Amino acid sequence: MTRPFVEIDQVAMRYGGVDGTLALEGCSMNINQGEFVAVVGPSGCGKSTLMRLVTGLWPATEGNVVVAGQEVDGPLTIAGMAFQAPTLLPWRRILSNVMLPLEVTPQHRDKLGRDRALYEARARELLRLVGLEGFDNKYPYQLSGGMQQRTSLCRALIHDPALLMLDEPFSALDVFTREDLWAVLQNVWMAKKPTVVLVTHDLREAVYLADRVLVMSARPGRIIAERVNPLPRPRTLETTYTAEFQDLVHDLRGYIAAARSGEEVAA
Amino acid sequence: MSQSASKMSPRAQARYNAMAAAARRQRRLQAMLPWLVIFGMFAIWEIGCIVFNVPVFILPAPHDIYAAAVRWWYPLLQDSLVTLYSTMMGFGLAIVAGLLLGIAIGSSTLVYKGLYPLLIAFNSIPKVAVVPVLIIWFGIGVWPAVITAFLISFFPIVVNVATGIATVEPELKDVLRALGARPRDIILKVGLPRAMPYFFASLKIAVTVAFVGAIIAESVAPNAGIGRLMMVASSRFDVPLVFAGLLTTGMMGIVLYWIAEVIERRTTGWATRSTDQNLAAGG
Repeated sequence: MTRPFVEIDQVAMRYGGVDGTLALEGCSMNINQGEFVAVVGPSGCGKSTLMRLVTGLWPATEGNVVVAGQEVDGPLTIAGMAFQAPTLLPWRRILSNVMLPLEVTPQHRDKLGRDRALYEARARELLRLVGLEGFDNKYPYQLSGGMQQRTSLCRALIHDPALLMLDEPFSALDVFTREDLWAVLQNVWMAKKPTVVLVTHDLREAVYLADRVLVMSARPGRIIAERVNPLPRPRTLETTYTAEFQDLVHDLRGYIAAARSGEEVAA
Repeated sequence: MSQSASKMSPRAQARYNAMAAAARRQRRLQAMLPWLVIFGMFAIWEIGCIVFNVPVFILPAPHDIYAAAVRWWYPLLQDSLVTLYSTMMGFGLAIVAGLLLGIAIGSSTLVYKGLYPLLIAFNSIPKVAVVPVLIIWFGIGVWPAVITAFLISFFPIVVNVATGIATVEPELKDVLRALGARPRDIILKVGLPRAMPYFFASLKIAVTVAFVGAIIAESVAPNAGIGRLMMVASSRFDVPLVFAGLLTTGMMGIVLYWIAEVIERRTTGWATRSTDQNLAAGG
């Protein structure tokens, strides 16, 4: 078997000096190229910290993070990120918001001037894929929350990132919009096959989207359970009402309950 | 309106039309209101002076001021232009220095911690007290006025630009940093555009206080400008001319404020959208 794309080995993260808060401890996981992994856990368990460690935004206090065979010692340049808030730039139109990463990432910034038409076509194609065709000339405030989040997703994908980090991207949306976007994200993933790490506290979301679900313990966070998700793709809303789906969610719910009460679980 | 007419009941249509008409009236009133208020103020002033028989050297009536302005129109114009020139010079310097220092303070905690106390201390010094020093350094002339205007208008610009840049959302920074963005990219692509509404808000304050600075300097070291004109006029008890100077200054302030606001609306309309969007499309 080839080497995993992301290797996290016994990582610890402590904020604010020696007696600061310990967010992660003894946290290990491997993620393969093109795999869709969801990380779930009780609130405050260090899920977002994990994202920042993997992308190299913050250094780990202990342990190693290796991405694409290289130890992470500074911010990656290959990652796309999306967060709970869409964080679009209100003064830019949708198309130019989506193209923002191309202006800063070293792989594309020099080519952007020459191949602008090509890149714009790519951005429009992405917008079409998430159902925002014809909105490229609007400003963010003219779009609903769900549409803004779709735009944010496009921005995370425009530079064809090898690694896509999603930190509770749908948790501020209503249930119906959220379920729509699950399908959108699944489509995008099946079309482009990036490696995805989705941090979420929605177990149905994790099971709908991921190939593998990792459960984190309460703070200090580490991986206490792992479930491979055998459900065939593409999954639909109907899938979420099947017995296999429900069982998986139920199982995971059990782990979360255990993690919240601080019990040890045999993974 | 017309395409919805078929679907709406007559009552709903009438109600919609009434609301749209009310919104139009409201907007017309808003546009006229400043002129009504100014005109009303002068009217009350004029009537008050006549009714209570106020002596001209205490409070001249608007028609006295107008007469003085017409009589002394040439020195008034010349001195206004001098004051305008010093103000704009100082203001221009304040924009350049304020932007640069604001960016530095907003993007670096180190610069912020190091410089902020000094800036606060400096800003609390009354600028009148600095003018004599400036005269010793630069002599009597245009420079004390320029520099006083600069000193007084530079602080609001620094504070606002710094605030705009320092309050960039951490998530947005993460998005960009995870793409390999350099700190300069983040300032240029996000920090500065984001700081623009703050910057323009500060310009509107800065441009009016810049006048204060220039006129203070002109009054302390009477060489030229509206400040000197008013000093000379008041020493001759020509109170209508003093008031003519005051009104001219006020008018210049309004015009510059208005220019700043037009530029603001043109460039940062995204920040103030939706404040009066209700029914705006209907008119």
